[in-house]
Amino acid sequence: MHGLNTEDLYREKAKEASTKPSRFGEDIDLDNYEHNAEEMPYYSDPSKLPLDAKQQMLQTGVIVDNNVQRSGTIIQMDHSVIHSSVADPGIEIMSTLNALEKYEWLRSYYWKAVAVDTDKYTAHVELNPGNGYFIRSLPGSKTVFPVQACLYIGKKNLAQSVHNIIIAEEGSELHIITGCTTSPHEEAAMHLGISEFYVKKNAKISFTMIHNWTPQVAVRPRTGIIIEENGIYLSNYVIMRPVKSLQTNPIARCIGRNTVCRFNSVVVTPPGSNIDLGSQVILDGEGSRTEIISRTITTGGSIVARGYIEGNAPNVKGHLECRGLILKGGGRIHAIPELKGNLAGIDLSHEAAVGKIAEEEVEYLMMRGLTRDEATAAIVRGFLRVDIEGLPEELDEQIKKAVEIAEKDLM
Amino acid sequence: MSEPILQIKDLSVEVENRPILHNVNLTINKGETHVLFGPNGNGKTTLLMTIMGAPKYKVTHGEIYFKGQNITSMPMDERARMGLGMSVQRPPVVRGVKTRDMVAVCSRGKDTPEELEGIIRSTNLIELMDRDINYGFSGGEIKRSELAQLLAQKPDLVLLDEPESGVDLVNISLIGHLINQLLQKKHPIRERERSGLIITHTGHILEYVDARTGYVLLGGTIICEGDPHEILKTIVKKGYEECRKCMA
Repeated sequence: MHGLNTEDLYREKAKEASTKPSRFGEDIDLDNYEHNAEEMPYYSDPSKLPLDAKQQMLQTGVIVDNNVQRSGTIIQMDHSVIHSSVADPGIEIMSTLNALEKYEWLRSYYWKAVAVDTDKYTAHVELNPGNGYFIRSLPGSKTVFPVQACLYIGKKNLAQSVHNIIIAEEGSELHIITGCTTSPHEEAAMHLGISEFYVKKNAKISFTMIHNWTPQVAVRPRTGIIIEENGIYLSNYVIMRPVKSLQTNPIARCIGRNTVCRFNSVVVTPPGSNIDLGSQVILDGEGSRTEIISRTITTGGSIVARGYIEGNAPNVKGHLECRGLILKGGGRIHAIPELKGNLAGIDLSHEAAVGKIAEEEVEYLMMRGLTRDEATAAIVRGFLRVDIEGLPEELDEQIKKAVEIAEKDLM
Repeated sequence: MSEPILQIKDLSVEVENRPILHNVNLTINKGETHVLFGPNGNGKTTLLMTIMGAPKYKVTHGEIYFKGQNITSMPMDERARMGLGMSVQRPPVVRGVKTRDMVAVCSRGKDTPEELEGIIRSTNLIELMDRDINYGFSGGEIKRSELAQLLAQKPDLVLLDEPESGVDLVNISLIGHLINQLLQKKHPIRERERSGLIITHTGHILEYVDARTGYVLLGGTIICEGDPHEILKTIVKKGYEECRKCMA
């Protein structure tokens, strides 16, 4: 491939990987989906969006009617960015296609945190570009309110193609809430989302993603994060609604000294849902720390909960916790925690537990006057409560709300 | 004379097909506190858990009356809502359920947030409020947390399983004070609404909490009933061997 420019090189690599299956998860036949979508109208006022779309978005924490508590908003429907606005001078928000036109330097961030030839899904996004969002916090800027981003599938049977690039420049702080959802009509569709995060020196990103799919949707996000010296990356992922098939395994590379990376995920699978969810952290920077926490509940669906921490530098520390509850028969949880240490002086640990609610705990709460159902609900609520440090209060509330909505269905 | 709050008639109980209690009879009147002595493994906890209604304790004979109602077959949560409360020796950790939430749950809306805060402060639990209930708690912290829950629950009959065990000398006076508060000991007996049944292995709690009647439970049977201080004195002096003679 000598003589090719970078863009051509990516396309060539993508073509070679276009039939390469993913390491994990069932193989999805991309030929079953449509790859093109009509251009959608732009909404300068997102509150004018159709009511059913707004309601779906709301369930993922994306508020379009009164977004005063947001630093900015970007909404992609099918392959069109239908709204983009920014309320904080320290932040840039635009579609990825616009950003690539505006900034030549952005090319050097493209396919750097995620390899274009990872599998057929990354290859598909390169070969069938949809759009995506570009969010950047400028050096030293600190947002109080989160930026909200929504990826919405409206067209039946579409394979939505998304490529996002998020950059927190040196010393900046950026909070993002992303809601991914579809029209409420329970039609078949697929979501392919590439997200590349760059946390620069002394910067911080908190990224909260709430998925709200329907039982006919297949989802294959591919996420890479690169964290530089003293950088902090916090990820919170919530999925509590049915999905046909979801497989993702984000990888964070802590390349700088003293970085912090934390993945929290809260997953509920009803019957028919099939989820294979992992988090990987490579600790290459001296003194870096990580924590991966997953809480999974099945009421009949299948969950594979993966976690991988690799320690390659002195004084790194990592802990992995996978806990799963099987609430109803027919469900399956497979926890696969993995640790790899490549030198002395590192500290990696894990704990994993899969089972039912302990009867002793139910009885303890019943002894205080709760009915069996109330006691079970309180334990499940507690189980799903992941204490997240460093999140703005508003974002924390949003996660609690998403969990509460799902709890009602769960019980 | 005050009316009985608890009457146990000819009660026999088994746990996992193993008979533990045999023909136990006991009556506690409103406002009274009684104590149960006995060596470990002789059925004291079984008696309290059976009164509370814990499912693994099967009544094979006899009846339990609470406030005049036969509760022998009543589920545990209904008994709690009817006014029975218990502090257990080794409560489980419930991950994600905070101590603060537990105290609020026990109150079932009876207390204002300020009153709940007062309970938390009086039980010296402020530092543990946002911790998962019982997670990494010391012996004394478990006792104080259990008492905080009971103070919020306000049961008419309080069952306490060895409230002094695992508690250091500094904390035991606080535990005694909290039990007195729970059992309304500052009121004259005729004005008290609450009654108590306390298991004590060492008798230390009697230095802080007054009790009207004491029992010795040996081999699953009450073999002695009388003044608790007198019983304790005999046990300290002569051990349970002396009590066994009464069985003969």
